[in-house]
Amino acid sequence: MNDPLVLGIETSCDETGVGLVRGRTLLFDAIASSVEEHARFGGVVPEVASRAHLEAMVPTLERACREAGVRLADVDAVSVTAGPGLAGALLVGVASAKALALALGVPLYGVNHLAAHVAVDVVEHGPLPEPTLGLLVSGGHSNLLLVPDVTHDIRSLGATMDDAAGEAFDKVARILGLPFPGGPHIDRVAREGDQVAIDFPRGLTSGRDLQRHRFDYSFSGLKTAVARWVQAREAAGEPVPVADVAASFQEAVVDVLTRKALLACREHGVDDLLIGGGVAANSRLRALAQERCDAAGVRLRVPRPGLCTDNGAMVAALGAQMVMRGRPPSGLDLPADSSQPVEQVRS
Amino acid sequence: MLLAIDTATGTVGAAVHDGDRTRAEVVRQDSRRHGELLAPAVSAVLEEAGLTVADLTEVVCGVGPGPFTGLRVGVVTALVLAHGRGLPAPRGVCSLDALAHAVHLGGAPATDVLVATDARRREVYWARYEMTPSGARRLEGPAVGPAASLPEQVRSLPAVGRGGLLYPDALPGQLPDAPLDVSPGVLADLAVRLSGGTHPDSGRGLLPPEPLYLRRPDAVEARSR
Ligand SMILES: [Zn+2]
Repeated sequence: MNDPLVLGIETSCDETGVGLVRGRTLLFDAIASSVEEHARFGGVVPEVASRAHLEAMVPTLERACREAGVRLADVDAVSVTAGPGLAGALLVGVASAKALALALGVPLYGVNHLAAHVAVDVVEHGPLPEPTLGLLVSGGHSNLLLVPDVTHDIRSLGATMDDAAGEAFDKVARILGLPFPGGPHIDRVAREGDQVAIDFPRGLTSGRDLQRHRFDYSFSGLKTAVARWVQAREAAGEPVPVADVAASFQEAVVDVLTRKALLACREHGVDDLLIGGGVAANSRLRALAQERCDAAGVRLRVPRPGLCTDNGAMVAALGAQMVMRGRPPSGLDLPADSSQPVEQVRS
Repeated sequence: MLLAIDTATGTVGAAVHDGDRTRAEVVRQDSRRHGELLAPAVSAVLEEAGLTVADLTEVVCGVGPGPFTGLRVGVVTALVLAHGRGLPAPRGVCSLDALAHAVHLGGAPATDVLVATDARRREVYWARYEMTPSGARRLEGPAVGPAASLPEQVRSLPAVGRGGLLYPDALPGQLPDAPLDVSPGVLADLAVRLSGGTHPDSGRGLLPPEPLYLRRPDAVEARSR
């Protein structure tokens, strides 16, 4: 099949996403988010997310088809995030995708959410170099991936040992009295601050840690350091320089993220780095990554922010590449796997 | 040609009904794998009836109450299947009503009946029915609570569903050979009677395709994630 029309469904967290991709062309990406409903809890509430997915599914399917100007009957394959993610939320998407595949009589592809974050960039910047190095950073994941073939062969080089990068942004935002989700607010406030004002720790970057956890990340120590620093200020009755704290914290995160990504490029002989996930929207991460990639002679790919956060287009894009590469589809008994390993690209 | 789906109790299943009778029914017993079992069951029931999805004209689904995760699998499957075929939105049937309807079809006792199913967290979903010659009429419920908290006169009624098996002290009236889980074929039959006006609850009609949650999301539990 040359340019298959693939419909992708994503429900691994709080976004109900339905994307339509023809070959490597994005037709439309429809998103319904329940983020507002979670804001008052300071984090995603799984049951609230699952209920929202159920309510949003058919309206989001309708909207995607309407805006893309296609009929469901023209869809050649359905792909869906099978994992990793919130179990109950994944299940709504997987059941929907099966029902749609059954209704349309087309193949079903259960795909890995992390692989989809990498695959989405083909709709923006063309075919992926093989191999590509993927740095995925969001509220749910922080991973370094070696990607020889995004439809088939992905190897995990490292991951966070504790908090995901985006989670650290949320927690530090809370410490600083900024709203949820914290990423965009810290990014905004940090522009007014001094990124070298406070020397916050860089997790897993020194001596033995770097040997043992070469490409792993850790952000919980950083978060604790920020909390202690702020508490000490408050205890001393001094004002907290929010912009400086935000900028210095952000610098510590993006410094480690990019430093290890470039180290992995060098050691694995990879010339292309792709950054995905919601934290890829962070302006300082983009700037520092560009600077360091330029210095190292590595090409940097970052999809536009709307494609970095969770969406259906990324699932459709990966599904379309699987169809084009002739990968076998999944069965109707496809399980949702909340802890699906990244090596398992297709279920 | 009507497709009925239910995932509110310990079974996962689908049935096809032609307006007169249930043509085929496929039921799998596993309350933890609704997501994996339902779509193959739908596929299998169509094959068994010698039909394809193109033959379907209507979809109904059990809307619970039932454990949320499994319940949603059935409801969203019905919603998307109907949408994907260009059919009218599916209609919902209270899953407890389907258990009561099974009692009616099986030759009802001369008293009211309690339907009580497993709501997890040491609680039951329950409803009370009057058995009339033309069907089981819901008098109370659906509601959720600990078995021991049900009204005294309800607790001693003849009971069906898994609630009586789980809490025999509080609900001693479990009928021998009582249906424990929803049969999608029985649910299909009930849907046809409800829309045909021949059931005592026909006035109440069918329900929108939305889960009967009866409980609010537990946000505190999520906070500690
Ligand atoms: Zn993601």
